[in-house]
Amino acid sequence: MKRMTRKATRHVNQNEGLIFEKSSPGKSAWKLPPLDVPAVDAAKLLGSSERKDLGAMPEVSEIEIIRHFTRLSSWNYAIDLGMYPLGSCTMKYNPRVNEAVARVDGIANSHPYQPEEISQGALRIIKTLSECLIEITGMDAITLQPAAGAHGEMTGLLLVRAYHQSKGNPRKKILIPDSAHGTNPATAAMVSYAVENLKSDSRGMVDIGLLEAQMNEDVAALMLTNPNTLGVFEHDVHKIAGILHAKGALLYMDGANMNALVGKARPGDFGVDVMHLNLHKTFSTPHGGGGPGSGPVAIKKILESFLPAPVVVRNTDGSLAFEYNRPQSIGRVRAFYGNFGMFVRALAYIQANGPDGLRQTTEDAVLNANYIRKGLEGTYDLPYDTPSMHEVVFSDKVQAKKGVHTMDIAKRLIDYGFHPYTTAFPLIVPGALMIEPTESEPKEELDLFIEAMKSIAEEVEEDPQMVLDAPHSTRVSRLDETAAARKPVLRWKA
Amino acid sequence: MLKAIGLRSVDDLFAPIPAEYRLNRDLNIPRQMAESEIVDYFRQRSRENGDGYTSFLGAGAYFHYRPVIIDSLISRGEFLTAYTPYQAEISQGTLQSIFEFQTMICELTGMEVANASMYDGSTAAAEAVMMAVRLTGRRSVVLARSLHPEYREVLTTYATHQGIPLSLVGFGGDGRVNRKELENSISPETACVLIQSPNFFGTIEDVDAVAEIAHKNGAMMVVSIAEAVSLGIVEPPRQADVIAMEAQSFGVPMGFGGPYCGVIATREKNVRQMPGRLVGQTTDKQGKRGFVLTLATREQHIRREKATSNICTNQALVALMANIFMAVYGKVGLKELAKQNLAKTAYAAEQFAKHGKILFGGSPRFNEFVVQTSEDPKAINSRLLGHKIVGGLPLKKFYPELRNAALWCCTELTMRSAIDTAVGLVAESERSVRSGKEAGLEEVTR
Repeated sequence: MKRMTRKATRHVNQNEGLIFEKSSPGKSAWKLPPLDVPAVDAAKLLGSSERKDLGAMPEVSEIEIIRHFTRLSSWNYAIDLGMYPLGSCTMKYNPRVNEAVARVDGIANSHPYQPEEISQGALRIIKTLSECLIEITGMDAITLQPAAGAHGEMTGLLLVRAYHQSKGNPRKKILIPDSAHGTNPATAAMVSYAVENLKSDSRGMVDIGLLEAQMNEDVAALMLTNPNTLGVFEHDVHKIAGILHAKGALLYMDGANMNALVGKARPGDFGVDVMHLNLHKTFSTPHGGGGPGSGPVAIKKILESFLPAPVVVRNTDGSLAFEYNRPQSIGRVRAFYGNFGMFVRALAYIQANGPDGLRQTTEDAVLNANYIRKGLEGTYDLPYDTPSMHEVVFSDKVQAKKGVHTMDIAKRLIDYGFHPYTTAFPLIVPGALMIEPTESEPKEELDLFIEAMKSIAEEVEEDPQMVLDAPHSTRVSRLDETAAARKPVLRWKA
Repeated sequence: MLKAIGLRSVDDLFAPIPAEYRLNRDLNIPRQMAESEIVDYFRQRSRENGDGYTSFLGAGAYFHYRPVIIDSLISRGEFLTAYTPYQAEISQGTLQSIFEFQTMICELTGMEVANASMYDGSTAAAEAVMMAVRLTGRRSVVLARSLHPEYREVLTTYATHQGIPLSLVGFGGDGRVNRKELENSISPETACVLIQSPNFFGTIEDVDAVAEIAHKNGAMMVVSIAEAVSLGIVEPPRQADVIAMEAQSFGVPMGFGGPYCGVIATREKNVRQMPGRLVGQTTDKQGKRGFVLTLATREQHIRREKATSNICTNQALVALMANIFMAVYGKVGLKELAKQNLAKTAYAAEQFAKHGKILFGGSPRFNEFVVQTSEDPKAINSRLLGHKIVGGLPLKKFYPELRNAALWCCTELTMRSAIDTAVGLVAESERSVRSGKEAGLEEVTR
């Protein structure tokens, strides 16, 4: 490697096989208490339903399990190791107090069907979080049932459909800007709406003229991400809402980028009718390598009667209860009440911040993104010079001339000790580098990141092949994804 | 930093938001709290939330012991605070563990491929049905009433707007799918038959017989498994085309209903219509074994509106809990664990049978059973609460025809003393109802 990095070090990692490769008969990591009831003969109780053999399930000892997963963990990058500037993913610090309170006995071990009289703690957590999120979004009501952002989108569009249906016509299509996340069109298809693309204007915003031209009474809703995936606040959002409302359509907001707005502006105030939040982005619940998430859907009054059942209500004696009798409800979208453990963490986050802290968080997130933008302007091409909110999108236009593309730069960033930014998204920017630092990063880390990005840009000029071959410091080099897809090996076999 | 950017105040950063939509006041939410206050707040909520009660509830959420190493390992920041493993070179830990998870789920279910996880058992069942609709090109679905009622509700929500008609098949006196009714409900338009086994009542279905009817009619067989520990001792539904599972029993806290861990498993030939993330094995440039997310052309970020599902974030960390749990118990432990569940349940059912009526007693069951009493189970349960015991789930809300019936569950953690106390109170209830009736009869005779 040509350049010394100020950050990355090759970490020590052992070779580690699959858990099955460590297995041998007789090893075990479990012990059951003695039975306090008579033993039974499974063959007699189950007859032909009795299972005889558990195939290739492993037999390993406890220390082997600990070492196995500890070694595997050392092959992962994580927020705890450094900046994770994935645009639109909001990889902020996951406070450990969240984890501690989610494990308190009566919270972790409570059964979803235990009687309401001994569930007041959980009901109060749901109610309090709901009230906080309603206030933060400026909406009127909320459901916490959806399990993730995309699930929230589906719930939101089902509410839209139910609303139009109640007016006699569910309508036919959903308008989606070309800068949108892929879940938006996939969701529309799942609730049987046709998708119509909406082209962005030269500022990267919804083109008002085009919207007016495409707008008619077949449109059920527009799904808008705001700030959008360029990190740009849709300046004309109130006009957009007006155009939709004039034709009886609704404005759906994808709240993936809510980290740019909390405490500073409220979607409910600028015309949004229905939106989802990602508790695993804005409200600090951990991503866990790809879930669990939680995707509450906040709505205006006009949609309230359609919310999934049950909703939490207050009894006359002040106690809380689930209300199931909601004849206009779209129905359930998930068993029980949603990813409750994530509600606990999100509420702890809100409490740790309070009104001042949440405002400060948003300000820091936007400040950090703009600091990076300033630092890298001139080095990387900025396709839209519209002011940035919480994230900034560059392109690889300059570096592409040397045959180096966004994914290559991203892979080289790994050698500098950073997780790559989001690559090749949004689709409206060819060769996009989408960078979201979040509020969690101190100035020192941002400076290291800027320095690393500048250094890579120089490397592209001096030794492009070295960048194309990156990463150089990881346990495995670039993996053959084509082979993986052509002849899928999706499980281990003895 | 502001100076470096060339701005004077933080407000300048928010200039892109039109002034009339900027919030110029504090949010009306609780004030900032210290860590000690937050911990105290949740401890108080915990005390209001059934802390210290013994429970006989199951019905899709099961109280099994969670080996402590699960939390030790999943609390490692490298697992906890990582994103979806799109950048394979620095995500091999997550990727390899998912590959192991997929393998173990295949081993346990008898299927050929399993995905990286779905939100939970209910949405996995709904997505499995949608998968069958795509695979068969048929548009209607037959489902068992003995499927978890909330899973049924979720499927109804998913299916309604896709214009997929659902028809329900009841259960017989043995608690199993009524095969005659099934024969009558199934048609050349049926994409799949969806049942649960062990079903909502804990009864193990005759999967082979149901599969035969489904397959005879060209329909697929989708089986939902809500109690994963059953797989240790109950033969998996090998005749199924798709299995939609809830893995909560594998080391995932009940947590008042979530987060849990759904999984879909199926035959290799169906994999391209399977929703959700998949990890596959490959090699790097030096030929070293490595793992990547694969077959992404099914997914929303590539296919947009033509994707198999809109699912994006799933339940990776919860799947890791299940993965560790399966490694801890393994080939032998899982069987022994399941056997203890079987023994506790057999004992409890036998004791209850002396006083109340056990429904569906003729069929094999795993760790749940239905007890019918003379008195409303809610009344019995409220007396049990006084002993810090949560009784079985009253079924009237879901199955009014079963009248005063409740669904009881025992696991390896259920103590004999708790069973005896619960049985004692049911016995007392029966005695008092009987003596009340006798007193009433005497009145009439007089």
